[in-house]
This record gives sequence, C-alpha cells and structure tokens, in this order.
Amino acid sequence: MTIAQAAVSHTPLYVIGGYLLLLLGLGLFSARFFRGTSSDYFVASRSIGPFMLLMSVFGTTMTGFALVGSSAKSFELGIGVYGLMASWSGLIHSAVFFLIGIRLWAIGKRYNYSTQVQFFRDRFQSETIGYLLFPILVALVIPYLLVGIISACKTVQPITIRMFPELFPSTNGAIPPWLTGLVICLVVLFYVFTGGVRSAAWANTFQTIVFMIMGVVTFWMISRAMGGLGAASERVLEHAPERAAREGSIGQLHFLSYLFIPLSVGMFPHLFQHWLTARSARTFRLTVIAHPVFIAIVWVPCVLVGMWAAGMFASGELALPTNVPGEMVVSAPADAPEGMELVRARPTGDPVMVDGAYVAGEGRVNANAALGRMVAFLINNPILIGLLTAGILAAIMSSLDSQFVCLGTMFTNDIVARIVGKDRFTDRQLVWLARLFVVGIVALSYGLSMALQSVNVFNLGVWCFSGFASLFPLAFAAIYWKRVTRAGAIACILVTTGVWLALILDALAFDAAYFGVIHHGEYLVAGMMPVALIFLSSVTSLVVVSLLTKPPPDDAVSRFFISSPRQSTPRESS
Amino acid sequence: MSASGRSGGFWFVCFLAFALFVLHQDVWFWADARLVLGFVPIGLFYHALFSLACGVTWALAVRFCWPDRIEEWADEAAVSGDAGERP
Repeated sequence: MTIAQAAVSHTPLYVIGGYLLLLLGLGLFSARFFRGTSSDYFVASRSIGPFMLLMSVFGTTMTGFALVGSSAKSFELGIGVYGLMASWSGLIHSAVFFLIGIRLWAIGKRYNYSTQVQFFRDRFQSETIGYLLFPILVALVIPYLLVGIISACKTVQPITIRMFPELFPSTNGAIPPWLTGLVICLVVLFYVFTGGVRSAAWANTFQTIVFMIMGVVTFWMISRAMGGLGAASERVLEHAPERAAREGSIGQLHFLSYLFIPLSVGMFPHLFQHWLTARSARTFRLTVIAHPVFIAIVWVPCVLVGMWAAGMFASGELALPTNVPGEMVVSAPADAPEGMELVRARPTGDPVMVDGAYVAGEGRVNANAALGRMVAFLINNPILIGLLTAGILAAIMSSLDSQFVCLGTMFTNDIVARIVGKDRFTDRQLVWLARLFVVGIVALSYGLSMALQSVNVFNLGVWCFSGFASLFPLAFAAIYWKRVTRAGAIACILVTTGVWLALILDALAFDAAYFGVIHHGEYLVAGMMPVALIFLSSVTSLVVVSLLTKPPPDDAVSRFFISSPRQSTPRESS
Repeated sequence: MSASGRSGGFWFVCFLAFALFVLHQDVWFWADARLVLGFVPIGLFYHALFSLACGVTWALAVRFCWPDRIEEWADEAAVSGDAGERP
C-alpha cells in the first residue's frame, strides 16, 4: 500500500476560504428574511419548519466535540467512546426532545418566552431563581463555546502545515490558532449579528448538510487510502487491538454512568431557544425520530477513523503533533533505545535522527489532531482536503452560532430588560442591545480560547455537559411535578453548583486528591462519571426540600400544565 | 385513537425504551474485538444498530404517545400581565 504524502499546496486553504465566503453570503441572504423585530431575532417568529428544526437541533448538538473529540477519544480509548456518548445520546436526546422540548415549546409559545430563565422565573414565581440560574447557565455555556473554537484551531493547524514557513515559523508554517480562531469567530459573528437565530438556523441547515456529507466522504477516502475498510481495521488488530474492544479501557460502571451526560440537552439554553423557533409541536416529530439515526451516520465513521489512527500511530506510520509547538512524534521504531516511547518525526512520518540516533519527543501526543492528521497525511487531493476540513469546521460552527445568539438573548432579556424594564426599550433597541452583547461574548470567548489551547476538548466538554445534565431534574420537575416548590428549586440549583465545583476543583486543581481518581485520563468517583454523583445530589435536594416546604398555590402552577378545554386559569400576581 | 389503543401502544413504547436502557450495557461484547462485515468491531456494530433501534422506538412514541391538545393549549391566549406581545 502506498501512503500518499500531503502536498504543500494552498488549495485546501482556498477551498476553506470559499466555504467561509459561502457562509457569509448565506448570512447576508438569510438576513433579508429578518423581519426587524426582537421576536424574529430571538425566536425567528416561531416559524421554523420540521426539516430546518431537525438540522438546527442536530447541528447544534454535534460540535467539534462530536467530530474532533470523538475521534480523539477513540484514538485514546477505542470504540467504547461510541457507546459512551453516541448510542446513549440516541436514546436520551430524543427522549428529552419528546418529553421536555415539546412541552417547553408549548409553554414558551403560550407565554411568549424567549429564554429559559423567563420560564423558570415564572414557573417558580421567583426573581431569585432567575438571577441564580443566569450566571450558572452562562458559566456553563462558555466552556462549551471554547470546545468549538479550540477544535477549529486544532483542525486547521495540521492541514496547513508548511504552507507559510516564513510567516509562521513557530508552527512549522501552519496557520496559528490565533488566526483560525479570529476568522471563525468573525464569520459566525457576521451572520448572527445580522439575522439572529433565524440566520443561525439557516446556517445550521447548510452546515449540517455539509458536515454529514463530508464526514462520510472523509471516512470513505481515508479507508481507500489505507487499502480498504478491512485492511484499515486489520492494522488496528495487529498494532493496537485494545482499541477494538472496551476491556481494560472503560469500566462497566463508568460506561453505564455516562447515561447522565445526554440529559444535558434538557438544559442547554441555546437548544431551548431553537425549540422555541418551532412552528408547531408537530415540527418536533422529524427531529425526535431522525436524531438517533443522524448520530450514527456522524459518529460511527469518526470513531472508526480514530481507531484506525491509533493503529497507524502504534505501527509508527502516522506522525502526530504534541503540546510542544512545532513538534511531531511517532511511536518509537523497534530499534529505538529501550524506554523510548516516542520519537520526533517529520510530517511525512519519517523519524528524525541526529548523528544516527533517534531524537526523543518531549511533549504529550495531541489526540485532538488525530482526525486532521489522518486527512492531511492520507488524502493526496488538495481540493478534497479543503472540502473535508470545511465539513469539520461546519460541525464546529453550527454550535457556535447558536451559543453566541443565545447568550446575547439571555443578557438582553434576563438582565437588562428585566432590571431596566422591557417597556423602556423599543423593539429595535432590544435587537441592537442583543447584537452588542453578542459582540462582547464573541470577544471574551476568543480571548479565553487562546489562553486554553492545550486543554483536551473532550474532557472540557464533559464537565460542561455534567453541569447542564445535573440541572435536568429542575426542568423535568418544573414540567411534570406540581408539588415542586420554589425552595426545592433553589436548593437544587445551589447543591448542584456546589457539588459540581467541588468535584471539578478536585479533578483539575487538586489532582483527584479528595473525592475521585484519574483512570485512563478520566476523573471518576466511585468508578462512575462525576455527573452521577452531582445528578443524585440534584434530585435529592430538589425532592427533599420540596416535600419539606409549603406547596405552591395551585393557580400559580396549573397554568403550566395542559388543562382540559376552555379551562384557562388566571395568573396570580407575584 | 381509542383510550385502550393509546394505552397499549404507550406501554409498549415504555417497554421498548426500558429494554433499550438495559440492552445498552452489552457486557457480552465487552472484551470481544471481532470484526463484523470485515471492518467494524462487534461492539461498535452493536451500538450502531442500537442507534437505529432508538429511531424506531421514537417513531412509535410519536405514533402512540403524542400529547393530546398540546397545539391547542399553546395557542390559547394567556391571561398574564408579563407575557408581552405575541409574535
């Protein structure tokens, strides 16, 4: 088999640039449908149909985490990552859309909500809950944003290696993260600034089509370059067989406890906002049914590619970058000195030798670059490399836009309009206020992402998802349990936040000294994902405190539950 | 749809969802690295089929468990001082 070497051609960059220009054009076009109202900016006037809702919701949930992160994790742990996230998500995401999404859509339409905080504030008749939830939701969305921007930087860098050696010598001629992050943020900012969530929905639809097609094409092209599907997998069985199973990589309890993570979609503020854009409840049907199938279409190829990358890396054929700028490594050849695991390599995969001796690699292998390196190393077609990279960026950007516009919506409606009074602003002023907040959020996210470039995107995303997932009981109880009280809700939020903070500090600041252990790079508590403990704390505090406190008045609660015909309930003044 | 038909379909969907929950923990393929179709590890193949089964289950949920009156209820005018202008 011949492994094609990546050519130093600028064509991939032109293709990526063309895709971004297309996206800008789509943003301009979709902005023509913008009605100029705050309702249209925040919830697209609740006019989005089934296909666009499916593509928006799916595109928003599939981030760089699903493409770059899954292949990276598959590179590190093997096929178990599909069962960990993808197949649980297929079951639980759709359950949440069906049980939570449709009802929140109905409640949002009935009472004209634009944000989650508006719903929870009204549901529990509590300003405190509004001001308590807001900073927590924002703080959890920010890391999720960073996952996207960091993934984009790590995707473009290996593809552009040696393209600009004089301009960017520190990155071996590749486009540096600061430039990729800046371009991505500015492109997304442009179309959400002009058209709000409607532009985000249009862009998501286009991007989802792009990344789904390109994901399958990427997978097919990589397998062909490796001599076929069978040959690619056989190489794994020969050099890294542990990647083809879960024994020794993932514990049973660890695997089971991951089921809590997908519950996070029930509390994603940006997904809540997409739900509100639906034209009708029936609009959700296609999303509920097709979502698990779409997940399989995207994740199976990515997990296989990550597994194949592990096989190639273990055999010494694939060079990967490390956390040391400009360094590439391969597995040490058989004749390398004992104890040497990694040697420095050229991008082509040839080990670097100095005076006849191998030069040891200094950094840690960057698994996030596995997918990008497989594309750059194996596919000797600059146009296809550019298209495939554009597909990866599409998946990343389809989440960024929703998150940016969501945060702008939240700051505008939940803070400024709430404190100053919504009547103090014209509709046009509300839109411009949201736009200004979006600009500020993009700038903050860009700055943070540049400071955190070496963070493993998958692990960062999991902590973020854990926080949202653990607040899921609050959303479920608000919709289905009339007995839940304001005190119970507040206790749930405080306990969830406290336990989450304690565990993340233990994991990241104290090296698992107090509550958990690090197993294969994952922080576990009693053998399970930390989300299990946080979720249990959340449910317990919510239920116990609710049962110990005075039930809410029926007429303040029943208006959120579907009643019999012609039985509307007047709202008690707060 | 009759009440008994909805009830039967509803419980069947609940049973399917519970069955999927249990079947997700495929201990029988945990250490198995065999390839299916010549290239897919059997553990991955199983879970890919699991995802397709989820799609079927949720299609049945849409058919048998759809909430009554939700559209009508959402469109009813809210008697609220804080709802704001309707879009």
